[in-house]
Order: sequence, then structure tokens, then C-alpha cells
Amino acid sequence: MSNEPKKQKKEVTRRQFLAYTLGGTGGFLAASMIVPMVRFAVDPLLQDKGESEFVKVIALDKLSDEPVSVPFKMLQKDGWVEEEVDLTAWITKNASGQVQALSPICKHLGCTVNWNTEKKYPNQYFCPCHGAHYEKNGKNLAIATAPLDEYEVKIQDNYVYLGKLGPNTKVTT
Amino acid sequence: MLKSIYNWIDERLDITPLWRDVADHEVPEHVNPAHHFSAFVYCFGGLTFFVTVIQILSGMFLTMYYVPDIMNAHASVNYLQNEVAFGNIVRGMHHFGASLVIVMMFLHTLRVFFTGSYKAPREMNWVIGMLIFMVMLGLGFTGYLLPWDDKAYFATKVGIQIAASVPLIGDQIKELLQGGDIVGAQTISRFFAIHVFFLPGALLGLLGAHFFMIRKQGISGPL
Repeated sequence: MSNEPKKQKKEVTRRQFLAYTLGGTGGFLAASMIVPMVRFAVDPLLQDKGESEFVKVIALDKLSDEPVSVPFKMLQKDGWVEEEVDLTAWITKNASGQVQALSPICKHLGCTVNWNTEKKYPNQYFCPCHGAHYEKNGKNLAIATAPLDEYEVKIQDNYVYLGKLGPNTKVTT
Repeated sequence: MLKSIYNWIDERLDITPLWRDVADHEVPEHVNPAHHFSAFVYCFGGLTFFVTVIQILSGMFLTMYYVPDIMNAHASVNYLQNEVAFGNIVRGMHHFGASLVIVMMFLHTLRVFFTGSYKAPREMNWVIGMLIFMVMLGLGFTGYLLPWDDKAYFATKVGIQIAASVPLIGDQIKELLQGGDIVGAQTISRFFAIHVFFLPGALLGLLGAHFFMIRKQGISGPL
């Protein structure tokens, strides 16, 4: 004979019902207005990045163990603006024939590095801005916190083709 | 949760009377469509404001992609219309909403006219309403040029020629609108500034005055 607490039947009052239905309808209408606009605004995040094209840059037999600075042009699509941008890569071919193309942009603060220009660091990439320097494969030795980025490389008919820029794959930390 | 956030703010700032004053007011029977269906004509003013809000919002979003410049204007509109997700919808809202604002505003004006609501003591609000009408037409005229396509270009040429037909100062008006000798680079950047800064600023001020007066004076009585 326990005294069970009276189960209150939860009734929706007229006021609550109106608040929910009007709120719901209003919310739906507002959402149908706001959602397209928000999706419109965040489109850059969700847009298909697409495959990057490979660009023919230099003959394979012109490369050696010594890095050479190779200028090339790549088509850049930026919204409604499509233009060729001038880029440079430091390209090497090691003894086993492997080709590596490094970006000359310092990973510290984005200055341009050069090969073998500082007497203190022979046979290294050196950045004149804050003295960051890198090994031939791009490994960061001082100042910079990451190795030099490298371009995707493709060899075809004895020519080197460069693709998308990405993090260095040859350097293991 | 929401309730307690609200209470926390309300304890400190006492905001309830503020929104009560804005939102809680009786709608007289003769303007309530639930009593007389024909009272829907009293909704046109509110609908005009609703579409205006859509115009402001969609316009803000459009400027994320639009560039007011003769080299890029058409290309950027083409891009946002065809390449960006929901671009056709957001631009469609702004494009069709622009016409709808004029239609709604016209209907609202007719309602005010035929119910005689412009009479004393509401004459000033009629004048403010007419100024809003002109600002809206100005927004339509300046916005029309911005896509920088053939239609935009020639519509603006015609509009400016009409303005140039004003006696005595017509040529000065024309040059002031164009910002130069031709409809070109200076015209589009000028029209953009007028379309997104000057006229909307004026519009918000006028709307504030319009709403303040209607709350102060109340809705005019039944016919």
C-alpha cells in the first residue's frame, strides 16, 4: 500500500502549443532564408579542389646532384580569375636517379632561400632573413620548424613535370 | 538553460520592459485578418519590411563575391551565380526581392492612401514614407548597373539620359551620377558605394523614423 506519487499527466497548454507551432513555422521560414546564404558563404571550404595539372619544367639530363633553380609557370584558378603564376623550384637528381623539387619558400617566415650562398653553411639552402638553413633534401637545421616543401614530381619522356606543392616526403624526423 | 541565461541577463539589465514595449501591443480588430479577412491589406507594410530584411541579408552575402569594377564585375557575378553553391538562389533572392519590395511598397502606399491614413496627425509619416519610396527606387536604379552586363549598361545610360534632361542643371546631374564623361569605371564604383552604403544608411534611418511614428501615433482608425 505504498503511496505512489500522483502521475501528473503532462498536458500541453494552448499557449505552449501556439508557441511551438508558431516558433516552428517561423524557424522553418527563417532557416529556408538563412541556410542558402550560409551555404553560399562557406562554399570555398566545401568546393572541390580538383586535381592539379603537371607542368613540364626541365629535361632530365640537365639535372645533377647539385640543386638548380628552375623557373616555371603554373595555371592558377582563383575564383573567376585564371592566370599563370611564376614559380621556382630547386631541383636535384641523386645518384639513383631520384628527382626532388623543393620550394624556395622558407618555412620560418616565408622569405626565399638560396643554395650555397652563405660561407658559414656550404652546400646548404640558406635564408637571408633570419639565417634559417636546410640540408640538400630540405631538412631544416636551424630557425625553421619544418623542412622545405616539395613539389610532386613526375618523369615522362626524359622530362621533369611538377605538380602540387606538399610537405616534404624525403625528410624523416 | 535558455531560460536561465535570459534570467541572468534580465536580472542585470532589466531587458523585459524593453522588448515588451516593442513586441507586446494590441492589434486593433479592424486591422486583424482573423476578424475581417479583408484586413490583410494592413500586412503590406510589414511585408515590405520583411522583404527589405531579405534584401539586406542577401546583399551582404553577395558582396562576399562581388567586385565593383569594370574588369571583374561581370566575371564575379557570373562566378557566384554559376559556380558557387546556392549562388543562383542567393542572387535570385536579391534580384526578385528587389522587384517585390517595389510591389509591396506600392501596395502599402495604396492601402495608406485609400484608408486615408495619411491624414492628420500622420502627415509626417506619409512624407517619411515617400522619402523611403524614393530611396528604394534609388536602390533599384543603382543596383541594376552592378552586374555590368548589356542590360545593366544600357538601362543606366537611359536612366542617366533622363536625369540629364532636367532643365539647366541636367548636364551637371549627369556628370555627377556618372562620375565622369561616360558610363564606365567611375560610374560602377560610385553606384556601388551609393547602393551599399549611402542609400541603405538613409533607408535604415528613415525606417526607424517610420516605425517610431507608427508606434507613437498608433494605427489609424477603421473606415
